[in-house]
Amino acid sequence: MSSTMHMHGGIGESIKRKEDGRFLRGKGNFLDDIVLPNMLHMAILRSPYAHARIKSIDTAAASSKPGVIAVVTGELMAQHKLAWMPTMSGDTQAVLATDKVRFQGQEVAAVIAETKAQAEDALASIEVDYEVLPAIISPDGAKAKGAALIRDDKEGQTDNHIYHWESGDEGTTKAAFAKAHKVVRLHTFYPRCHPAPLETCGCIADVNPATGKTTIYMTSQAPHAIRTVFALVAGLSEQNIRIVSPDLGGGFGNKVPVYPGYVVATAASLLLGRPVKWIEDRTENLISTGFARDYHMTGDLAVDENGKMLALHVHLDSDNGAFFADAQPTKFKAGLFHIVTGSYDIPTAHITADGYYTNKAPGGVAYRCSFRVTEASYLIERLVTNAAIELGIDQAEFRKRNFIQPEQFPYHSATGWVYDSGDYPKAMDVALDKLGYAELKKDVEARRKKGEVTGIGIASFTEVVGAGPGADYDILGLRMFDSAELRVHPTGKALLRMGTKSQGQGHETTFAQIVAEELGIPAMDVSVEEGDTDTAPYGLGTYASRSTPVAGAATAMVARQLREKARKLAAHLLEAAEEDLVWERGKFYVKGSPERSKTIQEAAFAAYTNLPEGMQPGLEGVHYYDPPNMTYPFGTYAVVVDVDKGTGQVKVKRMVAVDDCGVRINPMIVEGQIHGGLAEGYGIAFMQLITFDDEGNCIGSNFMDYLIPGSWETPKFELGETTTPSPHHPIGAKGVGESPTVGSPAAYVNAVIDALSPYGITNIDMPVTSDKVWAALRSKGVTE
Amino acid sequence: MRVNGVERSADVEPRVLLVDFLRSNLLLTGTHVGCDTTSCGACTVRMDGDPVKSCTVLAVQAEGREIKTVEGLANGAALAPIQVGFHEEHGLQCGFCTPGMMMVTSALLERNPNPTDDDIRWAISGNICRCTGYMNIVKAVKYAAQMQSEAAKAPEHAAVAGGGE
Repeated sequence: MSSTMHMHGGIGESIKRKEDGRFLRGKGNFLDDIVLPNMLHMAILRSPYAHARIKSIDTAAASSKPGVIAVVTGELMAQHKLAWMPTMSGDTQAVLATDKVRFQGQEVAAVIAETKAQAEDALASIEVDYEVLPAIISPDGAKAKGAALIRDDKEGQTDNHIYHWESGDEGTTKAAFAKAHKVVRLHTFYPRCHPAPLETCGCIADVNPATGKTTIYMTSQAPHAIRTVFALVAGLSEQNIRIVSPDLGGGFGNKVPVYPGYVVATAASLLLGRPVKWIEDRTENLISTGFARDYHMTGDLAVDENGKMLALHVHLDSDNGAFFADAQPTKFKAGLFHIVTGSYDIPTAHITADGYYTNKAPGGVAYRCSFRVTEASYLIERLVTNAAIELGIDQAEFRKRNFIQPEQFPYHSATGWVYDSGDYPKAMDVALDKLGYAELKKDVEARRKKGEVTGIGIASFTEVVGAGPGADYDILGLRMFDSAELRVHPTGKALLRMGTKSQGQGHETTFAQIVAEELGIPAMDVSVEEGDTDTAPYGLGTYASRSTPVAGAATAMVARQLREKARKLAAHLLEAAEEDLVWERGKFYVKGSPERSKTIQEAAFAAYTNLPEGMQPGLEGVHYYDPPNMTYPFGTYAVVVDVDKGTGQVKVKRMVAVDDCGVRINPMIVEGQIHGGLAEGYGIAFMQLITFDDEGNCIGSNFMDYLIPGSWETPKFELGETTTPSPHHPIGAKGVGESPTVGSPAAYVNAVIDALSPYGITNIDMPVTSDKVWAALRSKGVTE
Repeated sequence: MRVNGVERSADVEPRVLLVDFLRSNLLLTGTHVGCDTTSCGACTVRMDGDPVKSCTVLAVQAEGREIKTVEGLANGAALAPIQVGFHEEHGLQCGFCTPGMMMVTSALLERNPNPTDDDIRWAISGNICRCTGYMNIVKAVKYAAQMQSEAAKAPEHAAVAGGGE
């Protein structure tokens, strides 16, 4: 079907995607498409209140409704010691509430019935008597004197504080601030939003009573980790658990955590001996599963008289919801937020963070982000633009003056990171050229003189992705390595299996291309499989832009390992010494006699048919890759906006994105990822908001209230690139899926703030909606 | 009702939605549910030629109508131009919105064989894609339009280019 079928598909080739066919024909295999014989359906009763004591639950009426097989409550789960489960951040989370409900939408009971409609119908007949308690919806509320104690279930918990965490050096930072020429402060709130993949979360739990085998089809970005967690929590034997993650309709971090529905469906299948399907509706997805952000941040940047940055201080209050269930490396309470010095050579920094419980949904996930890098990047890039405006220095020039220079890599940051590589001035120059910056600035000046409101925003982000060195990065003790297993069949075709899980990123194509490059087997001849824990090698999954940095590295390493065996086979076939053979993609030839050669396919056939004495048959291998360092993608994004003074409406006129993600394996897929991330960044900057009223009711519980950018709003993007290979990655790649979501929100907002800066407006928190812009302009006396 | 050219009938409760009928009764799972509120368009099918969101149509309302789903786009192995366009221009990533997008844009191309970027963006403005940022979807539709217009000039290929209709 493809116009690129004849291509080899090595690194750097934009071959068309191998996985497209089934999706184009409506033959994808998404969770809700799976139907098992004798399958039951589960629906979950959720709390209407944000904070309430449960006085009683009466399930009698619901139990007698047509088709109902069972009604599950927290009490029943408690009998099996499953009323609570551990979270990835070392806390506990209620599976079904037993004592109190702590956020609106919390799981209270579940109905299992013959059909989905019957299960949903019966929910209305469950009677719950609640005593409503005051709701806390912000860190300020959580720390207020006399605030209700949300986690009264936890022994020794006397307030709503979860953690205090610090990074950097307080003493040197204070000293640097003391001698600063100027200190610029930005207080900003990165509001709660939700990844909202178009497919919601769900599972089918199928416990076979005859064999004891538990198969769970699950919308999971990290099936292996889930298997181990299920083994540890439920006390099941790990070889009897099989997690299958089918085609995923997007994930963006939302499908990393373990949700209560998975646990209840599995328990129900175990008790009933029949498969149980549970799939969320959109509202359930938005009000109860992994949200993102919700960081209240104050940044202070100290600058000297030459416009050089001296020090950075940041404090943040994190709103973690009712349970501390952030999906992040367990040791890092505020994720990787301490990358907040960004692209700048800031000699010293000090970061403090405090996390708080609130009556909001738990599960801060890295929404298209490497664990809070998005919040960090937003803060520093907004702060830098504000500082440039306040100092009267051009925002591009101010950045250039303070960039870490190419010769400083590997660069040791003030908060302990070792940046692997970068060329920030170059990416900036490419972006400015593409933008026609000098001309554009003149145009902006001229139009402002005419009374128009227009501006340019820049963001030069640095990410840290590809967790990670296993000694530092783990999830509940599981080191964050990843894996690739490669089998080359006798006819020279191959099967690659990995511990990661695509959600649309195109793994079936990209990782086949790494094999094509390293082993010379055309990408079309390499099948890629992920997501079945019975067949795939163990890995930590796909999120935080880690697939290419970690599993991609494992793929290159295993392919090289097989190439070395193939060399021995070729030497045997050619009756030549191994060291006399030269590798050229796809074949070995004898040095000086290129006509004496054997292809990789011939070597593969020999591995099964004609082996040298003493060699093990077969051409297979597995590699577990524990990266020596993270990778550090970067780039410069620039946005041009016009603001309508009458309505406050912001029009994005241009969006230029220059990305450096190291070596690009499939440029078409990389650019597609960037487009998607820039659109999501636009949504976050201007539209997507999960907020709450004073009683803790979630505002943004469906797609009519939680606004997702459509084709009409989403701007057109102009892409550019530079290539600075990662020095420690086997093929120099860095990961790209999240750069545009990390880098673009600040660029969009900086453009608005630049436009409004002549009126003395220095901040509008996201989403930058027309009413906020209108109000800001009116507050400065600006009218039409 | 006729679904993808085949007469289908069943007794269903009045409240059953068309999307659930297609997915559960007919096992045509290429039509997806993304939002339940007619906001996302993942469930878009064509009813008597018009794109409709099948989460907001009752199955009984489709009685006697002609329904076309994503499964009806290709003619055996031969993909319809809109499917080829999405493949060639990388107009899909996770593939969840793709069937709805293709049903809307195949209808657009019948009304407007040579749409502008804005025509396409307007046509798909009721369909959400979380992955692509829409640029490649616009290109995919233009690719399909080009394919169709070339096929129209070369009548011997019209059957394939027309998606087997």
